[in-house]
Amino acid sequence: MPAASALAGAGLSPDPISDLQQLTEYPFMVNALEAGTIVAVTAGAVGWFMVLRRQTFAGHTLSLMAFPGATFALLLGLSAAAGYFAFATVAALVIGVAGGAQSDHGGRGQVSAVTGSVQAFGLACGFLFLSLYRGVLANYESLLFGSFLGITRAQVLTLAIVAAATLGVIAVIGRPLLFASIDEGVARARGVPTRALASGFLLLLGLAVAATAQITGVLLVFALLVAPPATAQLITPRVGLGLALSIALGVFVSWLGLALAYFYGYPVGFYITTVAFAMYVIARAARAIVEHPTFLPGRAPVADAGA
Amino acid sequence: MFAHEFFRNAFLAGTFIALACGAVGYFLVLRAQVFAGDALSHVAFTGALAAAAAGLDTRIGLFAATVTIALVLAVIGERAGADDVAIGIVFAWILGLGVFFLALFGSGSGGGNGLLGARALFGSIFGLSGSDAVVAVVVAAGIVPAILVIARPLLFASVDRQVAVARGVPVTALGLAFLVLVGATAAEATQAVGALLLLGLLAAPAGAAHRMAANPYLALALSAVLAVVSMWLGLVLSYAIPTLPPSTAVIAIAAAIYLLAFLLTARLPRVLAARAGTRLTADGPTASR
Repeated sequence: MPAASALAGAGLSPDPISDLQQLTEYPFMVNALEAGTIVAVTAGAVGWFMVLRRQTFAGHTLSLMAFPGATFALLLGLSAAAGYFAFATVAALVIGVAGGAQSDHGGRGQVSAVTGSVQAFGLACGFLFLSLYRGVLANYESLLFGSFLGITRAQVLTLAIVAAATLGVIAVIGRPLLFASIDEGVARARGVPTRALASGFLLLLGLAVAATAQITGVLLVFALLVAPPATAQLITPRVGLGLALSIALGVFVSWLGLALAYFYGYPVGFYITTVAFAMYVIARAARAIVEHPTFLPGRAPVADAGA
Repeated sequence: MFAHEFFRNAFLAGTFIALACGAVGYFLVLRAQVFAGDALSHVAFTGALAAAAAGLDTRIGLFAATVTIALVLAVIGERAGADDVAIGIVFAWILGLGVFFLALFGSGSGGGNGLLGARALFGSIFGLSGSDAVVAVVVAAGIVPAILVIARPLLFASVDRQVAVARGVPVTALGLAFLVLVGATAAEATQAVGALLLLGLLAAPAGAAHRMAANPYLALALSAVLAVVSMWLGLVLSYAIPTLPPSTAVIAIAAAIYLLAFLLTARLPRVLAARAGTRLTADGPTASR
């Protein structure tokens, strides 16, 4: 934001300590950094499973449910939380049912069609509510693209609660979910309730992401949900290490993005997505070089991460 | 209804855009690539903003951006298949670039960017001029025959990739060509009717057709017909109820058609199977004799 850089005045200096002091000088930046860290940790963990399960499209669709949720709540005068939880739940269940029925009809194409239809219909509902409301929705653009810089203490607290609940559920269902994601057939044969897990995971993804998108914008959640986990899975196929790396990369990206936005102006969303994208491209290029047959002859190729 | 010029323009442009979306959408669903269509529709938004920030014609920006990103998606997606994660990452970055151009453009012209953003996302089919409608017709008239030309090999490549490769079908080139067509459709539809309506028309009619018809050519035709029907019914409905935005009406109809198709195909086979089962047991003794 241009206003933020004007506030900062000095800009980056060679001294990292003084930079950090400048960065945390204003309460709005402290809130933004805390929110960025919380979102990056949640998105890094949930996103790792999402990328493993190849459900990026569903993740994007569910994060967009913040829009009809917010406008619905506005129209009926409800709290925004009720609106987005309702829409995210319905959307997750519809996509889950379609995914569960995929084995008997049409396969992955149908899941993709259902997800697209849910997204279009959800946004269309949001658009309808907005035009019925007739008032001015103050910042639907900040809903879509996010403005990290207007976050309040109360919102940071909400984010922390959502993150704790999400991570708690991940900790409980993580093992069977991993099994079901890697080999669904074997998992089902071993008595793992794969369908319930699939629907449950989408529900978790929807609730976590819609609640977060409400505060930080769809774009930032989506970027942190996809790029750090995908980069982590390119680097290591190991589960614990991958999850930790995914979270660490997410936190790094959001801090760097916020700092760049603070010192140089231009929107946070631009910096965060650009840094995340650059990281993925570098990881992909590095992997291509390492896996090339002429690289260090005699070494076994790196095991496939399923990425 | 047809006495109004805005409605005639909307009807004409809407019909042809729906036709193109239905045809392209069928292959998107078959190849499980609806996400690519979604991403490309948002790329159009970034392209338009970039062109606006650079002071160029937005239509050129739209087409240049969608076609370029379609090629990028095809290249980084595994073997021109445009894989889910690759699309997601490029998509997020493109949205970030869109925000960047929005900031550039907004600071240059002062305000008005919100309106442009809203238009790119939600469109205004009732606000099309006569020349906009003609452009929509011309572009769709180019896309639909192109899809029909590559339909046969593309179908082969989509249904059984390995066999198609073995038979000498150029699957990678086909995948690239197809995504470029999706990009062109997205560019045209986004600036005419909005990214939202585009996605609805790509996904829902094609999903319904895919469920209802097993024959691919029949399903392709059905997908285009259902898209056009959704468009017509939606426009009429929105005309009759002025508070209902046209894009919401069209998508609601398309989603209803898909839901109906889902319920019919999910129940029918089970009912038929149950009947066949009883008949089999009833006729069993006679047949064995």
